[in-house]
Amino acid sequence: MRKHIAPTAVLWLVIGAAYFFIPLLATFLFSLRKASTGHCCSLAAYGTIVHNPEFWTTLRLSFQLSLEVIAISLILFVPTVYWVHLKLPRLRPVLAFFALIPFVVPPIVLVVGLLDFYKGTPQWYYGSPYGFLATAYVILAFPYMFFSLDAGFRAIDVHTLTEASQSLGASWPTTMFRVILPNIRVAALGGSFLALAIVMGEFTMASLAAFHTFPTFIQYINETQAYPAAAVSLMSFGITWAAMLALLFVGRGSRSRVQVAGAH
Amino acid sequence: MAYLELRELHRAFGPVVALKGINVELQQGEFLSLLGPSGCGKTTALRLVAGFDRPDAGEILVDGKDITRVSPSKRDMGMVFQAYSLFPNMTAAQNVEFGLKIRRHKRHDRRSRVPELLELVGLGDAGNRYPHQLSGGMQQRVALARALAIEPRVLLLDEPLSALDAKVRVQLREEIRRIQLELGITTLYVTHDQEEALAISDHVAVMYGGRIEQMGSPVEMYGTPATPFVAEFIGTMNRLEATVVDGGNGEVDHGGKILRVDAARGLPRGERVLVLVRPESLELERTDNGAAAAGGLAGEVLTHTFLGSTTRVKVIGDGVDLIADIPTSRIETLPVGASVVAKIPVEGVRLLSLAEQPAPASA
Repeated sequence: MRKHIAPTAVLWLVIGAAYFFIPLLATFLFSLRKASTGHCCSLAAYGTIVHNPEFWTTLRLSFQLSLEVIAISLILFVPTVYWVHLKLPRLRPVLAFFALIPFVVPPIVLVVGLLDFYKGTPQWYYGSPYGFLATAYVILAFPYMFFSLDAGFRAIDVHTLTEASQSLGASWPTTMFRVILPNIRVAALGGSFLALAIVMGEFTMASLAAFHTFPTFIQYINETQAYPAAAVSLMSFGITWAAMLALLFVGRGSRSRVQVAGAH
Repeated sequence: MAYLELRELHRAFGPVVALKGINVELQQGEFLSLLGPSGCGKTTALRLVAGFDRPDAGEILVDGKDITRVSPSKRDMGMVFQAYSLFPNMTAAQNVEFGLKIRRHKRHDRRSRVPELLELVGLGDAGNRYPHQLSGGMQQRVALARALAIEPRVLLLDEPLSALDAKVRVQLREEIRRIQLELGITTLYVTHDQEEALAISDHVAVMYGGRIEQMGSPVEMYGTPATPFVAEFIGTMNRLEATVVDGGNGEVDHGGKILRVDAARGLPRGERVLVLVRPESLELERTDNGAAAAGGLAGEVLTHTFLGSTTRVKVIGDGVDLIADIPTSRIETLPVGASVVAKIPVEGVRLLSLAEQPAPASA
């Protein structure tokens, strides 16, 4: 039977959509104004952004940083969370507590502490965004990655799958790559894209550590050019959306583990 | 020499002692069920054999070789778990193929072997289905095929039917037994269901408190339980505490009532014994005045439980409640509330000394 949506539900949906889309629409309309007259309509602001070499270099740097952070986070946290679920379940609340620290400690405090802590490290690490900044972002992405993976591992029977794999002769790496990872793929992807979104939008740490990333570029445009600032904000938003769509696209292949039939 | 041998296996989890030195010997191709209530140590024993856990003391030998410290991936043990354990990212066929791939079997070998195994468990047409598209019973069949694919030295089954409904359980347990006999594979089966264990096993080991109380064939376990616990656990048993009054004639005193029991012959006068009578061995006779006939215990019918061809009658007597299985065709003569005499058969009654229980048996 076809379900009807209650009028109040429609009203709330419209209010929610308006809350979300009106600022976007306003920003978009603002970005279309001509710098010379202040009137609509021109794509000049977008042209200014894409023709700015800084846009591409900072975007590339932030993307590369994102990939590095995702890779480090997955290498660090997938085996850790797996092992905690499998062998040390009592450590899970401890890990969850540590994962909350980046939420509680403001990034400005965190970066000052990290800058001080890593001060004596080699210049190739301390002075490079791929070294120090990536480390800081891994810490920042820790809660998102941990809770995503944790949810993924909770959704599968880690013990039974591991033991079943081993009883069939699989080694630990085989079990990890062929049995466990494919079954937490969506969780790992979720954590990865959250990490990507963080790196693509994080300003405080990059700015205080004097690295020129995509968010610092956006901030620079914001301070100096009104209409391109709106354009670059929308472009940044679009990049985040593209990442989310990619998640949807990649995750679409995942199958529900719902029992569909009876006992036989 | 036994094919599978467990020698003095001990395992403790902190203060909880799960296994207190169990011994098992199983010949090649035999089917042994470890039977017992929750917490008796049966799954711990199975996990030690599988290699998922290490014993604190003792040895596990397969075909004369000590595998106690061998990792589970190198033991060649096929295992079917209680929980659904199929890999959700693989189809039924890929699940069955997994162990063969790990063992680097050639592709054409795998391609021929997988359908054979699926056919063996009655799922020849389900190879392309993912676990979430299979029912619980089908998933356990695929798990069985997957465990058999690697041609394991020992097949381990950890309550594989406990999550299934009654009809499927019966059907699948018969199939497990058929396949086990067909392949002649040495099998260790864990269950808490005594009917299941008796139905499909060559041997049953009843476990309690981390020990094997008794091990024997299903007929032995049912007919001659060695301890009160085994007697209680396997089937239903009437228990009457009594004292031997005349060992020559096999007479015992139960609450002032003299009963004749062949098994009491030769026992010293005054020895405390437990008289064990199966419900199907107990005869009920209706009495009008409630007087007890010789060799019987007076009581009153309390309830009827219809079981099909028989009806289970509960009799409340003087100091003891009794259970008797009566042919349903006769049940009208023994209505609820009727005064009856329960006659203890002279033969076929098991007697256990309460003075000294036999030590937990090793197999």
